[in-house]
Amino acid sequence: MSLFSNIDWADIGLATIDTLTMLGGSMALTVILGLPLGVILFLTGKGQMLENKAAHAGLGLLVNILRSVPFVILLIVMIPLTVLLVGTSLGVAGAIPPLVVGAAPFYARLVETALREVDKGVVEASFALGATRRQVVLGALLPEAMPGIIAGATVTAIALVSYTAMAGVVGAGGLGDLAIRFGYQRFQTDVMVVTVVLLLILVQVLQMVGDTVVRKVSHR
Amino acid sequence: MIRFEAVSKTYAAARGATGHAALREASLEVAQGEVFGVIGASGAGKSTLIRLINGLELPTGGKIIVDGDDVAALDVAGLRALRRRVGMIFQHFNLLSSKTVEQNVAFPLKLAGREPAQIKARTAELLARVGLSDHATKYPAQLSGGQKQRVGIARALATAPKVLLCDEATSALDPETTEQILALISDLNRELGLTIVLITHEMDVVRRVCDRVAVLEGGRVVEQGPVEEVFLHPASDTARRFVGEAEDASETALPAGVLVRLTFKGEATYKPVLGAVARETGVDYSILGGRIHKLRDAPYGQLTLALTGGDVEAAIARFEAADVRVDRLEAAR
Repeated sequence: MSLFSNIDWADIGLATIDTLTMLGGSMALTVILGLPLGVILFLTGKGQMLENKAAHAGLGLLVNILRSVPFVILLIVMIPLTVLLVGTSLGVAGAIPPLVVGAAPFYARLVETALREVDKGVVEASFALGATRRQVVLGALLPEAMPGIIAGATVTAIALVSYTAMAGVVGAGGLGDLAIRFGYQRFQTDVMVVTVVLLLILVQVLQMVGDTVVRKVSHR
Repeated sequence: MIRFEAVSKTYAAARGATGHAALREASLEVAQGEVFGVIGASGAGKSTLIRLINGLELPTGGKIIVDGDDVAALDVAGLRALRRRVGMIFQHFNLLSSKTVEQNVAFPLKLAGREPAQIKARTAELLARVGLSDHATKYPAQLSGGQKQRVGIARALATAPKVLLCDEATSALDPETTEQILALISDLNRELGLTIVLITHEMDVVRRVCDRVAVLEGGRVVEQGPVEEVFLHPASDTARRFVGEAEDASETALPAGVLVRLTFKGEATYKPVLGAVARETGVDYSILGGRIHKLRDAPYGQLTLALTGGDVEAAIARFEAADVRVDRLEAAR
């Protein structure tokens, strides 16, 4: 038996495209939803400019609930909502809503933490210079927190890679799905090795790109 | 320019406990174009006081008038307009680390919605004024502490304010840099007619640049007046502590005689009065303590003496005739 005898490279190629599509689509939506959510979490927190105990506690609870549901369960529980949103609960399209719902709260927490790291003096100085609240958030807080916000996006993207592996449950395909169905269930070790190596490369590339961008925007 | 009328500020405490009073019925007045110092130990209410001036904090009692506006009565837009007329610099500079020197200085102008061309010209002018034209495209992390404070000053001056608030602006700097920053602040005061309020815990800063000073203790203004008055003849214990009167009469073993403190100012400082008076009146003196220094640019000297023998009253009269102020100290024995 030759090495890689079980491997259908066309399948691997399709699976890679599926993984990248799920990752790209869900990551974009995760940032679009998670970033504002993180900003609101931060601003409604104690001692912040929109301090609001009820809103902060309510949002915090929602985030914690979503974060504590195992992703496989979320994938199933969300099926009705997913159908409502994208018209199907299957395939790559059916996987994206649960991926976003799983990752956005996680990313929101990382954004909140990054914003908390910003020196309070900078916020005070911005107000002293005549900034409005909006100007403080957009002109000072977010730019100052940008390294942390991007590092958080890197961590989230990598978490999404492992989530996509479970998306096979709804027939979304992708490299993780290939690894389970062929590599594990059919004992095709070579398929397992190739998919894992591809996932490893993907994670590695994400981390490197993330680190590079963080270095670019960080001037501390 | 700035008037505090019985201003109080009490911070709400955690439920049950009584609030913390940072400022208690503080009254003071800062005239246009002067450098006004507020000195006090940490926790005396200095930071609160300076933040009340530009509305970063709001008073819980009393009235604050800045450049004709009642600060507490201003709406959000009015407050922002006031803040453009009142610049502020900070102990830890509080520059935006994500923006270049140039962008930091341009920030308040952008906030005010100025034209890009106008921002560019004004920024260049300000950087030239603080001597940082060569560092325009650097980030704050690449600058020294003194340079960072210069950026802070340029940023605070961007909207051409009438008042500059200095929040412990030199406390994080080494002595030499402190000197340079204080010189710059003095220059700005003279050249632009800028009214300056600075808070500090260092009497030295007050001595170098201030015209008048208020001494703060436990949220109260315990003393205020011209620096030379407060510095040479402190009336409160707090002021005395800051002035650092080494000649604490009760602690040292004192020689017999009449204890006096002589204060020389201006020309008198350099005249050989002491020896002349001793010779003429037959009074002997022992020097118990003294200091000779400058207040802003005026020299002064202060000596604590024990006078013995001869005609002590005549000697005192002679000193006074020579423009030397004489204070009799109680000989605590």
